[in-house]
Amino acid sequence: MMKMLRTLLLMRRFEEMLIQAQKSGASFGHFHVYIGQECTGAAAIDLLRADEHLVTTHRNHGHLLARGADPARLFAEIMGKAAGYNKGKGGTLHATVAELGFLSTSAIVGGAIPLATGAALASKQLGRPGAAVGFFGDGALEEGVFFESLNMAALWKLPVVLLCENNSAGALGQSAGEYPGSTIAARQLIELVLPFGIPAVAVDGTDVKAVQEAMRAALERARKGEGASFIEARTQRWPGSRPLWPALATGETDVAYAWQPERIPPEHREWFAHDGVIRYLREAIAARECDRAQILEVDGEVRRSLEKALRFAIEAPYPDPASALTDVFAAPEAR
Amino acid sequence: MRELTYAEAKVEALRDALRDDPRVCLIGSFFLGLSPRRVLLDEIRREFAGRVFDPPISEGAICGMAVGAAMSGLRPIVEVTTASFLFHAFPQVLNEAANACYMSGGQLRVPVVFHILHGLRGGGAAQHSHSPQAMLWNTPGLEIALPGSPRDVKGLLTAAVQSDNPTVFVDHARLFEVRGEVPEGRFSIALGKAEIKRAGKDVTVVATSLMVQRALEAAKAAASENIDAEVVDLRTLVPLDSETLLASVRRTGRLVVVDECHRSCGVAAEVAALAAEHALAHLRAPVKRVTTLDVPVPFSAPLERYIEPTADKVLAALREVMA
Repeated sequence: MMKMLRTLLLMRRFEEMLIQAQKSGASFGHFHVYIGQECTGAAAIDLLRADEHLVTTHRNHGHLLARGADPARLFAEIMGKAAGYNKGKGGTLHATVAELGFLSTSAIVGGAIPLATGAALASKQLGRPGAAVGFFGDGALEEGVFFESLNMAALWKLPVVLLCENNSAGALGQSAGEYPGSTIAARQLIELVLPFGIPAVAVDGTDVKAVQEAMRAALERARKGEGASFIEARTQRWPGSRPLWPALATGETDVAYAWQPERIPPEHREWFAHDGVIRYLREAIAARECDRAQILEVDGEVRRSLEKALRFAIEAPYPDPASALTDVFAAPEAR
Repeated sequence: MRELTYAEAKVEALRDALRDDPRVCLIGSFFLGLSPRRVLLDEIRREFAGRVFDPPISEGAICGMAVGAAMSGLRPIVEVTTASFLFHAFPQVLNEAANACYMSGGQLRVPVVFHILHGLRGGGAAQHSHSPQAMLWNTPGLEIALPGSPRDVKGLLTAAVQSDNPTVFVDHARLFEVRGEVPEGRFSIALGKAEIKRAGKDVTVVATSLMVQRALEAAKAAASENIDAEVVDLRTLVPLDSETLLASVRRTGRLVVVDECHRSCGVAAEVAALAAEHALAHLRAPVKRVTTLDVPVPFSAPLERYIEPTADKVLAALREVMA
C-alpha cells in the first residue's frame, strides 16, 4: 500500500516539477504529462512481473517511473542531456528504459499496439510464459493498425494486454482551441473490440482497485495462454493537459486535500472531486491503511528526491554534438 | 562447384536460418512470389510447421508485430510480397524499426528482416511494380540488401537474418530462374561488401539486383565492340561499399549506373552524386544513368518495355560514354 502511495505521488510530483521547470526556463520542447492518469499506470504496472515486456507512448513518464526508472535520468532525457536514458536522442517522446522491460516508446499514435502484440507473439513462440502490455490512448483506436492487430491477436491467441487509457472523457475538444478528444463513431470503445472475441472491459481509471481487478484477469488470461484482453481505463482529461502546452492549471496538488477538501480552491473543486491520487489518499485513510502523517512524510521524501533529480538534470552536460552520428545501428555484439 | 537456380539458393538460406536458430520464424511465406518455383517452400512449411505463419492481409500490423517480436527476442523474417505493399507498413518499417535503436540511444535492437519483391515483373502495372529501395535508403536506420546472383541471395539472406538491425531484403522475381554456382553448406556475405562481377578497364557499370544481370549482358555485348566494361554489384545500399565503387570509377574514368528505381532521386542519382563528389577529376565522360523513366509503370507490354532499363539501353549508354 505504501509503495502504491509513493508511486502515485512520485508520478504526480514529477510532472508538476517538469511543468514548473519549463516555466522557469528549462528548454525541452513540447511534452505530454500523465497527471490525472496515475492510478491506471501505477495499478497496472504494479502487477507486472520483472520479465514481462511493455510498450508505451509519448505520454510515458508515469509508466517509466512506476516501473522503477530513475527520475534523474528521466529528467535528463527529457532535457536532452547526455546522462538521459537515451543519451538525449529520444527526449520526452521516446524516453525508454530497456533494462526495465520497455521494448520501445513510440510517439506515433497507434504505434505501440502492433509492437506489444508482436512481443506477445515472441513470448508464445519462445515458450516464455508471460504477458506483453501495450499502453495507448483513445486516439489510437482511430488508426487502422489497431483493428489489424486485434484481428491477429485474436486469430493467434496472443498473450497481450491492450490497455487503452481513455483520457478524452470530459474533454471539451478541439472547438475550444484545445487538444482534440477522440473522434470515434462507436458509443463505447469496447464495442469496437468485442466482435473479435477479445474480452473487453471499461473501468474507472482513477480507481486503483478497479484497474487492478481488470488487469489481474487480463494478465491471468495471457499468462495461461488463453489470449488477448482489452481494458479501457477512463479518466477525465486534466485541465492542465487541455491547452496545447501543459500548464499547472489546477495548481500544485496539496495532499491535505484528501482530508481537508475545504482547502481546495473553489475553481479546482470539480477537478479534484475525481482526481485519482487524492481519491486514493482519502480511501487509504478511511480504511486506516495509513495516516496523514505518513502521507506527508512520503510526499516530503518524494519531493526532496525529485528536487535532487531535477537539479542533477539541469546541471548535467549536453551530449557531445558529434554523438549525433552514433547509435544508428546496433553496436556489434560478440556472438 | 554445383550450380543452383536462384530460387533454390534462396530456399536453402531460409531453411538453414530456421534450422540454425530457433528464434527465426517466417511471417508470410510467398518468398518466391507466385512463380512455379514456390513449391520449393513446401518443404520448409513441413519441416518448420509452427514457425511459418500465414497472416491476414494486414501489412501494417504484420510488420509492426514483427518489429515488436524482434525487440522481444524473436528474429522474424517478414514476407511482405510485392514491394508496393510495403507502403502500407511505412509507419512500422520506416518510423518504428528504423528509428528504435537510434532514438533509444542504442538500448534497443530490432533484428528483423522485411522481404519484398521489387521492380517490373511484366504486366504488374502501376500498383505492383515499385522499386522503393531509394525511398528506404533515404531513411537512416535500415540495412538494405539487393542480391543479384544465386550465390549472393544465399549469402546475403544469411547475413540479413544474423544482423542485429532491421534489414530490408529487396529481391526480384525475375531472378528466380538465374543459374549460378552456389557453395554448399553455410556461408554469409558480409553486408557492405560490393563485388566486381566482371572486371574491365574502360568503363564502370554500377548495378544491383536484376540490373546486375542486365549489366553483365550489356557488358558481354559491348566486348564485341571492343568496350571493356567493369560491372560493380553494390549488393547492399546500406551499408554502402563506396570504396570499391569509387576505386573502380577512378580506374576506368567512366560511369554508367543502371537502376530500376524511377530516375529522380533514385539509387542511380545517389551513386552519380558520390562519383561527382569524390571522383570527378577522374571522369573522362559525363555520368550516364539508365533507369526506369519517371512515369507510373504502364500495363501494356510495349509501354512497359519503353520505360524499362534494358540491356540494350545499357549498351547504348556504354557506347555513348566511350564515344
